[in-house]
Amino acid sequence: MKNCDYQQIEPQALPTPTPIPPPHHGDSSDKRDEPRRPRRKWEVFPGKNRFYCDGRIMMARQSGVLPLTLALILVTTGLFFIFDCPFLVKHLTSCIPVIGGVLFGFVIITLLQTSFTDPGILPRATPDEAADIEKQIDNTGNACYRPPPRTKEVVINQQVVKLKYCFTCKMFRPPRTSHCSLCDNCVERFDHHCPWVGNCVGKRNYRFFYTFIVSLSFLTAFIFGCVTTHLALRAQDGKGLVFALQESPGSAVELVICFFSVWSILGLSGFHTYLVSSNRTTNEDIKGSWSGKTGDVTNPYSHGNILINCCSVLCGPMPPSLINRRGFLPADESAQTAGMDIELQTLATKSEINVCTQGTKDLLESATLSLLLSTSCPQGKPQTAQTCLDNSSTVNSDPSPELSTSCGARHTTNSTGDTSSPHHTKTRSKKSKQATVHIHNPAFDVHASPTSSDTGPSSKARDHKGARFTTLH
Amino acid sequence: MRQQTAIAAKVFIQRDYTNGTVCQFQTKFPSELETRIEKQQFEETVRTLNNLYAEAEKLGSQSYIEGCLACLTAYTIFLCMETHYEKVLKKIAKYIQEQNDKIYAPRGLLLTDPIERGLRVIEVTIFEDRSLTR
Repeated sequence: MKNCDYQQIEPQALPTPTPIPPPHHGDSSDKRDEPRRPRRKWEVFPGKNRFYCDGRIMMARQSGVLPLTLALILVTTGLFFIFDCPFLVKHLTSCIPVIGGVLFGFVIITLLQTSFTDPGILPRATPDEAADIEKQIDNTGNACYRPPPRTKEVVINQQVVKLKYCFTCKMFRPPRTSHCSLCDNCVERFDHHCPWVGNCVGKRNYRFFYTFIVSLSFLTAFIFGCVTTHLALRAQDGKGLVFALQESPGSAVELVICFFSVWSILGLSGFHTYLVSSNRTTNEDIKGSWSGKTGDVTNPYSHGNILINCCSVLCGPMPPSLINRRGFLPADESAQTAGMDIELQTLATKSEINVCTQGTKDLLESATLSLLLSTSCPQGKPQTAQTCLDNSSTVNSDPSPELSTSCGARHTTNSTGDTSSPHHTKTRSKKSKQATVHIHNPAFDVHASPTSSDTGPSSKARDHKGARFTTLH
Repeated sequence: MRQQTAIAAKVFIQRDYTNGTVCQFQTKFPSELETRIEKQQFEETVRTLNNLYAEAEKLGSQSYIEGCLACLTAYTIFLCMETHYEKVLKKIAKYIQEQNDKIYAPRGLLLTDPIERGLRVIEVTIFEDRSLTR
């Protein structure tokens, strides 16, 4: 029998988390005794997400710079309508505010959809499933305290693809699925975690994201063009640019914002258009999974035809949300809900996260400095055991200012390259400061002992971000 | 885990990724079910489910039209319209219910709709023989 580290959880202890010392055997019948009203599943969702409107709206727990994104768009467009439109309607055509309005509508709607939609989160394995998989893995050898690296190979369209075992979600990840450390969820067809929209971009919301950046690039280019025209018209007759700017100060602000953003957003749109046409994700592109560097590899998911690739990514059937946020919990459901996990200080282990993210602070800095997209997605491929604290992790991570924004545009994979880089995740101060202690859901805890000199996953197990309650914000 | 009727075991039919990320389940007959149900019957059920999921995810003219229309309306129609996928999921739920009632329950088995397991597995619950009237 495996040595599973179960912990007995006292319901009274739940509100005041204290670090629990060595785990001991217990049974998994830690029910929460709150039979008052039937609870919905989102209330006990183990990932780091926030839910609003009784589970209808969900976002990542860290909203990143979504407010900044919204503010920039609203301010710029507002100034456009106030300062430029009247002049241009008078001197050119009244279509201009109409076009601007339509583009603005598209941008805001798709932005909100990207932010609030479930990106394709895979629910965690039930205890029975997890046990079944463990049994299958164990059949191949004796796993005592040090589980062997858990990968499974499948052949997809004559291409060998490795499926990794996710220690948090207790399952083998389907192809193209990756675990986002910021959201603490496995996301299908994981593209990247975008701080600008405050959510992961995955299978379900990639089309929203793509429409957002394309319409935003049109909007930015449109406003830039209109402002330039406006100022040019005002500066005619020898009046000069300064005069024009004095008459329409808002235009100056717009000009600056648009000038700096149009290049990055256009670049990002171009990059994602390339990804869509070749049916790749940012994650795969950055890792170089199908680039043929390591031999004769082709993308097994591509349909071979640009048009079909585009159609399948953007116009394919809309998959349903798998997490059933608004479903009710069965009354006797204990194992999956009654836990909090002990969040060790070693939050730094974001192994296997292919996340392009950065903290709010850095983003704001980089946003003010330059909105140019540099890299992205530092690859979290920690062969090195990551026990370092988050602070040190940020030290470890590439200090160059390039590694800032996300929504990965270029792939200047940072110096660490994409193979076994000493980690990365520039996960943030916010996380490191959390000294929250959550008692891990015993049923989920196939605890890897701290000895993990193997690949990331085991170090991740140390972290345990298992069942964790996100309180309603 | 111990509920009203005694559960002897649970078998999980995993996903089959040989065709990519489309939702397909392995048709391999698990050994634990050998004494309970005929191999052919079971494989037939799984194959039908696979076909239904393939229909849901099919890239055809209907899905393209739906997708393009959605794009033109900034995807707001998803708020009011039921997607093709959701319609097929309902069909699948009905099929599983029907299979359970007709075939699996009399044999002391229960199929769980994969959507309740995140489309990862088909969970087959095997109940103890004692609880059945044979």
